[in-house]
Amino acid sequence: MTNKPEKFIDENGIRSDGRRANEIRDVKIEVGVLSRADGSCYLEFGKNKVMAAVYGPREVHPRHQQKSNRAIVRYKYNMASFSVEDRKRPGPDRRSIEVSKVSREALEDQIFTEYFPKSAIDVFVEVLQADAGTRTAALNAASVALADAGIPMRSLVSACAVGKVDDTLVLDLNKDEDNYGQADMPIAMTPDGKITLLQMDGHLTEEEFRQGLEMAQEGCRQVYEMQRKALMDHYSKKTEVLSTEVTATEDVKEDAPGEPEDITSAEVTEETKDAEKIDDTNETGDAEETEDTVKVGDVEESEDSGEEVPDTGENADETDGQMDESKEESSNE
Amino acid sequence: MNKEIVSIIQKDQLYNLMLKGERVDGRAFDETREIKIETGVIEKAEGSARVEIGDTKLIAGVKISPGTPFPDTPDVGVLITSLELIPLASPEFESGPPRENAVELARVTDRGIRESGAIDLKKLCIIEGEKVWMVFIDIHVLDDGGNIMDAAALGSIAALLTATMPAERYGLGEDTPLPMRDIPVSVTAVDIGGGIVFDPSLEEERVANTKLTVISNQEGALAGMQKSGNGSLSPDQINHMVEVACKKAQDIREKFLEI
Repeated sequence: MTNKPEKFIDENGIRSDGRRANEIRDVKIEVGVLSRADGSCYLEFGKNKVMAAVYGPREVHPRHQQKSNRAIVRYKYNMASFSVEDRKRPGPDRRSIEVSKVSREALEDQIFTEYFPKSAIDVFVEVLQADAGTRTAALNAASVALADAGIPMRSLVSACAVGKVDDTLVLDLNKDEDNYGQADMPIAMTPDGKITLLQMDGHLTEEEFRQGLEMAQEGCRQVYEMQRKALMDHYSKKTEVLSTEVTATEDVKEDAPGEPEDITSAEVTEETKDAEKIDDTNETGDAEETEDTVKVGDVEESEDSGEEVPDTGENADETDGQMDESKEESSNE
Repeated sequence: MNKEIVSIIQKDQLYNLMLKGERVDGRAFDETREIKIETGVIEKAEGSARVEIGDTKLIAGVKISPGTPFPDTPDVGVLITSLELIPLASPEFESGPPRENAVELARVTDRGIRESGAIDLKKLCIIEGEKVWMVFIDIHVLDDGGNIMDAAALGSIAALLTATMPAERYGLGEDTPLPMRDIPVSVTAVDIGGGIVFDPSLEEERVANTKLTVISNQEGALAGMQKSGNGSLSPDQINHMVEVACKKAQDIREKFLEI
């Protein structure tokens, strides 16, 4: 184990890993990486590596858990035994039970569970490598995986932590800052600013809390853009392949002289383009091509946020009802 | 009767009251129920407290004994908090290992005490790397009348404040009080259809979408927080909850607890 560093932030305002106070770590998001799952996402948040899979809506086992008017959502956060310095004993512990509970509660309200009575939506997140901020990384991946599974949602959920080191608020704590810092506050929110997860431990004054909450919201917004882009890229890639196949055959007459192997070359360029895109996922800015392609194709199920709006109105009132029942269900325990 | 149906009827009633600015038991939105704390109720325990908040009743017991420290903190005492929702307390609780609700309550209680530095755990070291005092807080809920969270936190801190370290029994010198530095107090509020009510009763808790627990320390700073339940809260709601919770905590501390 490393020891507590003397200073977390140097005189230039730079943190031990080279970030400024309000910067998040590099994020890499890959969508649809597992073949058996209905939706999946691999996500790296700094050195955190997490894999999320979504199954469902599917039959509920055990049967007695099923709800006649809506789907139940189950969320399993699990840490691999090799994900941390000292081997973690496999299986659920109290921490992962709590993390699973609050994470499920962070997502459940965003899912149109009333569309799928008597069924279960299962979210599994495996932490393959842990480096501070696993619950937020897991939640980010889970949210993307749900979208990838085509589960109708009111919006994506994005999560990010804020903390305090050297009496300064910093966004997205790294391992040392988490271990030896003065406070840690993970939050999750929807793009329209509703906070769906909020935990805090350590020491924050009311004023620091207010500022921290704002910083964390800014972090969540950045994460949201990356989640959105990853989904857009993934699905535009899919439709691009389809549309190039169509246009390629149409264009044969015009382009044939210049490029005899039209279809294959088109495919090749697609592939290289895609490769670039994956590299680019960290940066929010340059997305000329992708933005265009997105318009061409689809918003499909990849983006649930906007599309479902008409329903939200109708369901807004009912939502509360649903909440209760789930509340009650949980008080069963 | 089917409790889902009951809850829908209740919800309706509570929502309607909420619109008129009223609560079902006539309290103001930020008014807590009557609190009773009795300490030293279990002679065999090193510290104990019986807490009542409205209908909610629980007993927190503290046991202290020497043990081996964790390898990564060889000179620091050990604090372990557990909470059981035993079937005696509610028809909705079942026996068996703690489920997620009990685990969450225990962990949030633990977080408040640990993160506020309420116990000076460094002073619990007997021989570095070999022997430290281990403090076990066990919370037994006797009657679930809503807001077990605040009652559990209150019971724990009250029990700790009256706890002694049984050094004589283990041949480690004289008995001394547990070294305490701070008094964290937890205040919970729920969102019922946009209205924020503090210290929710069982009915209110059932009907509420979202719950926020705010634990603050003596100087009025935050030591822990937990959002629970599957709804969401706006930043404005959260800021309001935090502000009122810190004030309420100060009142409760002055009235009931002292080092």
